[in-house]
Amino acid sequence: MLDDLSLTLEAREFIAFLGPSGSGKSTLLRIIAGLESADAGEVWLEGRRIDGLAPGDRGVSMVFQHYALYPHMTVRENMAFGLKNARVPRDEIQTRVDAAAKVLEIEEHLDKKPGQLSGGQRQRVAIGRAIVKQPKLFLLDEPLSNLDAALRMRTRVELAQLRQKVDAAVIMVTHDQAEAMTLADRIVVMNDRTIQQVGPPMEIYERPANAFVAQFVGSPAMTLIPAQIVAGDGHLVILKLGDGTVVETAVPRADLPAQGELRLGLRPESVRVSVGKGVTTRATVELVERLGERTLVYARLADGQRITAEDEGHSRVKIGDEIGIRIDGRAGHIFGADGASHHARARPA
Amino acid sequence: MKLYGRRAQLEGFAFVAPFLILYLFLLIYPLLRGIVMSFQRADPFGGGRFVGFGNFTELAADPVFHQALANTFLFTIIIVPPLTVVTLALALALNKPTRSAAWFRGLFFAPSVLSVTIVTLIWRFVLAPDAGLVGEVMQATGGQPIPFLSDPGLVKLAIALTTIWWSFGLPMMLFLAGLQQIPEDVYEAAALDGASKWTTLWRVTLPSLRRTVLLVIMLQTAAQLQLFGQAQLLTSGGPNGASRPVVLFIYETAFVRWQLGYASAAAELLFLLILAVTLVQYFTVNRQDGE
Repeated sequence: MLDDLSLTLEAREFIAFLGPSGSGKSTLLRIIAGLESADAGEVWLEGRRIDGLAPGDRGVSMVFQHYALYPHMTVRENMAFGLKNARVPRDEIQTRVDAAAKVLEIEEHLDKKPGQLSGGQRQRVAIGRAIVKQPKLFLLDEPLSNLDAALRMRTRVELAQLRQKVDAAVIMVTHDQAEAMTLADRIVVMNDRTIQQVGPPMEIYERPANAFVAQFVGSPAMTLIPAQIVAGDGHLVILKLGDGTVVETAVPRADLPAQGELRLGLRPESVRVSVGKGVTTRATVELVERLGERTLVYARLADGQRITAEDEGHSRVKIGDEIGIRIDGRAGHIFGADGASHHARARPA
Repeated sequence: MKLYGRRAQLEGFAFVAPFLILYLFLLIYPLLRGIVMSFQRADPFGGGRFVGFGNFTELAADPVFHQALANTFLFTIIIVPPLTVVTLALALALNKPTRSAAWFRGLFFAPSVLSVTIVTLIWRFVLAPDAGLVGEVMQATGGQPIPFLSDPGLVKLAIALTTIWWSFGLPMMLFLAGLQQIPEDVYEAAALDGASKWTTLWRVTLPSLRRTVLLVIMLQTAAQLQLFGQAQLLTSGGPNGASRPVVLFIYETAFVRWQLGYASAAAELLFLLILAVTLVQYFTVNRQDGE
């Protein structure tokens, strides 16, 4: 199912598995939980090998995408069920459930059944059920995907706060990059059942390991434009795009492959709509997206190449306009034919 | 096309008319006629004579009816609980996507397809004391043949056994359908909660099947209170009425002794009995459900 992968978590670390559906991120989570078995490989948790253990003996808690609450049990019974099975003393169960209910603000719902709760409340119960077990590792399977947009934002903030209060590592599966970026200490980007890149959110954003990561992380996606090398040295490379535009990048020439096609990767914020001096090239506007604080402009260069540019919030650009754009080549990335990325040398810290 | 007013009503009625006519003449009319008849002294050859509650007071004092009533209750009690437990166990065992499970599901459903005539014929071959399967086995092992069909105590057991074997199919399918309704992730949550197989069965699976269990018990109780064919064909209610259920009593009264009014009264009583038992079961379970 999944091809060789290896991953090590730090204590109390929050990791997000980010990838499109079918990328294997849920499978990996389920292998860690013990709900699916790997053909080969090992899972260790705090010095203990757990891949041979039953799910309940692994010291992990999971929050399911559809909550998976026991419909005929009250909220209190739902949260206590795992503890009862673990033969935790009755008053200890009571204390833990009450504490978790208080943190999650579901105290007044403890005697209700899941069917009487809203989606957001059920979500809290599911989280509560995971917390009371005081696990070493939380597994969250798309925890916010069933909530409406407003509630999702709120729960995201609460999840971040909650995370400060629990003494455990967290692995969250998500296909939402905003969730991954805001919550995780490190993101594991997955595609096609393999790990594409592991790193802190900003590193993933600024130094994507390959073309897939570059296009999957960041919204809207990075523009990739075929380009040819005109000149270069130890500090920079000068590229020529299909429409003849010449762009200077900060990627050292020596890092690039000698042969094969290259693509220049540009995030929207390094392609600005511009007039007068500093205009790099011209493009025709196809679509304008007004987001309030900024405006996204989808345009085509003279040779038909699509490019995404950014403009200020009060942009007057309309569909069909011919606009000038200024490309900040020094913020660009270069991708080889195999998708591997080449970045400007990291600034010394 | 827009339909409204009288025309729409007529067209709507035309569509349901074929069913409605059959329903009225074959179900509602006989039902009402039966109620009327239960207050009459009637035979198939002439009009009935109104006797008020005469038939019912007579039934209240009729020892044969009392025996049939007791037999019917006993049949229901020794058939419904084992049938429910066995079919539930079968459904739990066969609720798997494997090929062999599918094959066994078919196998256990198969008896339901047979008519009661075939079923009793098969069980006669099994239970007959002299030449039956059980008899042969007993004799081969040096035991005495067991008189399943002539001992007043064993005969009820024999009919219960036949009925349970015949009735596997529907309850098993209902339980399987109920099991399919339980989402997989609830079981996964139970696994992560460290629940043993036993705990999962008692705390997750069975509570989720509550409504199916009630449905099966209600359907089977109503069905077994009307037990008829097996008793008539296997033993004709004998020996000495030891296996005569109420429906056989009604049949004999109506079509052997031609006392249609008296039989109708017994039928009305059985109808009320089934209604009462079903309602009691329904409300007991709904009360427990709380909200």
